[in-house]
Amino acid sequence: MEGFLLILSIIVPATIRSATPLMFAALGGNFSERSGVVNIGLDGIMTVGAFSAVFFSYKTGSPWMGLLGAMVAGGLFGLLLAFLSIRFKANQVIVGTAINILAASLTTFLLVAIWGKPGQTNSVSAFQNWGPFNIFTYLAFVLVGVSYYVMFKTPFGLRLRAVGEHPKAADTLGVNVQLTRYLCVILSGVLGGIGGASLSIGSMNLFKEGMVAGRGFIALAALIFGKWNPIGTAGACLFFGFAVALEIVSNKLPIPREFIFAMPYILTMLAVSGFIGKAVAPAASGIPYEKGER
Amino acid sequence: MKLSTVIEMKGISKSFPGIKANDDINLSVEKGEIHVLLGENGAGKSTLMNILYGLYQPDEGQIFIKGKAARISNPNVAISLGIGMVHQHFMLVEPFTVAENIVLGSEPKKGTSLDLDKAIKDVEELSKKYELKVDAKSLISDISVGMQQRVEILKTLYRGADILIFDEPTAVLTPQEIEELGVIMESLVSQGKTIILITHKLKEVMAMSDRVTIIRRGKVIDTLNTKETDIDELAEKMVGRKVNLHVEKLEKASDTPVLEVKGLKALDSRGLEAVKGVDFEVRSGEILGIAGVDGNGQTQLIQAITGLQKLTAGEVLLNGKEITGLPPKDVIDSGVGHIPEDRHKRGLILNYTLAENSILGSHKNKKFKSKFGLSYPKIREHARRLIKEFDVRTPNENVEARSLSGGNQQKLIIAREVDRDPSLCIAAQPTRGLDVGAIEFVHKRLVELRDSGKAVLLVSLELDEIMSLSDRIAVMYDGKIVDIVDAKDATEKKLGILMAGGSIQAEK
Repeated sequence: MEGFLLILSIIVPATIRSATPLMFAALGGNFSERSGVVNIGLDGIMTVGAFSAVFFSYKTGSPWMGLLGAMVAGGLFGLLLAFLSIRFKANQVIVGTAINILAASLTTFLLVAIWGKPGQTNSVSAFQNWGPFNIFTYLAFVLVGVSYYVMFKTPFGLRLRAVGEHPKAADTLGVNVQLTRYLCVILSGVLGGIGGASLSIGSMNLFKEGMVAGRGFIALAALIFGKWNPIGTAGACLFFGFAVALEIVSNKLPIPREFIFAMPYILTMLAVSGFIGKAVAPAASGIPYEKGER
Repeated sequence: MKLSTVIEMKGISKSFPGIKANDDINLSVEKGEIHVLLGENGAGKSTLMNILYGLYQPDEGQIFIKGKAARISNPNVAISLGIGMVHQHFMLVEPFTVAENIVLGSEPKKGTSLDLDKAIKDVEELSKKYELKVDAKSLISDISVGMQQRVEILKTLYRGADILIFDEPTAVLTPQEIEELGVIMESLVSQGKTIILITHKLKEVMAMSDRVTIIRRGKVIDTLNTKETDIDELAEKMVGRKVNLHVEKLEKASDTPVLEVKGLKALDSRGLEAVKGVDFEVRSGEILGIAGVDGNGQTQLIQAITGLQKLTAGEVLLNGKEITGLPPKDVIDSGVGHIPEDRHKRGLILNYTLAENSILGSHKNKKFKSKFGLSYPKIREHARRLIKEFDVRTPNENVEARSLSGGNQQKLIIAREVDRDPSLCIAAQPTRGLDVGAIEFVHKRLVELRDSGKAVLLVSLELDEIMSLSDRIAVMYDGKIVDIVDAKDATEKKLGILMAGGSIQAEK
């Protein structure tokens, strides 16, 4: 019994800590997809956010400036995705993939250019824990509530969901489809950037190559899992976080470690293949809007 | 009644790549009238109204609303001028409720929040005021097509519209719902609204309008008072020549079944049962018409018979031989011709030439082969013959199918399918989107097929078409055939009741 409590006291905080970066990215994906733009580039945007956070903290000595830098950099990458997929109606999956590749190579290059060595940066000043968690965790939970409110309880939310479901209907009622999508995709970049920062100047105090480790994709899976609803999505993130937390105590469990390591990815596949209930995506997600199409 | 002009459109022109959709159009609409824009598909009616609603910008011309010059740069401007549009394809967000759809874009607020309670209250009040019955809290996906249309009308009224544009509003309605719509429009006019009705159906013009403006190929032909004209005059002005709207047909009777369908069930793309156990037969020398409102399983039924989708139960026999679940190639080879409902998706490959399109489905036939592959000289010769026999208007057989008009594309498909000499021809909405001339042609060919002893299965959403061509009429509702009636005994009213899922006995 005592052993169980001990495991629980390790697992619960670890679950929440692992879920934190996922929650930011998943909320970002939520806004983007609800407005009709698939953001496959979230993983890359997290990488950019993680790197920018360290860079600005290194330059200014303030993690707060690091966070701001991550938000701006993430937002800019969101703008890039928005610009290419809304203005030029490029295929959103391909643009997102390009952003992932760009993010990985750009940060690797800048890492060497700025710190003069490959692999990882020097330590910078990062956020300290307040109680059991750092500021990002508290922020994540607040943003889940705020996102839910915005998406489902405000006029803007009604419009953004309409734009993602039936852009032409929204257009005929005078809702600005393009502008709504721009805002949502940029917001998605900002949130992805915060998610990245929560890794580099939250859980750690440096940037490492590959530190995002596919979290952007897991966040997208959580989005499907949570049926494009911020609260459901946050629940899914916690669930994935739990799978990660199990790794920490895996030597105390009678299950092969390898299986536990594989758990998040297996769960991701199950979520994406629609194993957990039927998830219906926003109808116009991924489809560029042609004004005046006949 | 005091007359005053509420809408004046002067010299409106609008071009799209390759086509002048509106050419110097003048239109004036008086307050409190129901004014019809009559014209064939592609005549430019919808373009003109989309200009009025701010969805398109005219290349030339001026618009005056209630006497004042207006530049309608987007729908918001149109809405603020009191113009509302009920679109042909409903502009409704399916997972939203009725109230959410109606207030979208001009939502009531409480602080920063959306005030949904007020939205529901407003909608209910409006619904009462105009006697447009809707259920404010239902999801769009759960309500009938007729109610969806009322939601569309309420959307315009919620924004204070006093000029309502209806774009082909009857296309998706049963005859009873059309009658109801007529009552709704009368009541709107009596409450001071002005209505513009876009249609190509002559009967509706006569029944529903005060005045009618006829548009042909982007130009205004005439504006008439409905009382002073008749269907024949309108048809002639719309098409540009005399039209024979009556289909000549010989009496014919035969008992030999060509197609037998027994207990057929099939799913739709969402995995729900769309065809729920259907039995019927089509005999040689007859046209069996399947009537019904769109989306009652007709599409899935045809796809299951032709092998384009799996069936989950039942059997299909052709001339007594089982063809259940065979791949499309074998279905074709066993003697089924198919004029598909979506000619761009299923009937033609638009980027292929007419010659290539003319052998689709029989491309493995020896007569189109040379030693090593396809023989293009033979294919082109075949295509030239079909083009001539079926009067396909085209410069030659080497142009892409894309460049043809809808009517000529359809002629090519019919030519290809009929030329295979099938014992059963399935025609799914064969005249959708065609002009009157092409419709006449298609009807004539289908009747010829019937007269030569073939079986024809006709699926159409146009009740007039079903009634004038069919020998027997099967009515589909909710995946089942409600009843099969003899065409001689069929009336519009009777079929309408069946199409809405009612039974004739109950009505008596």
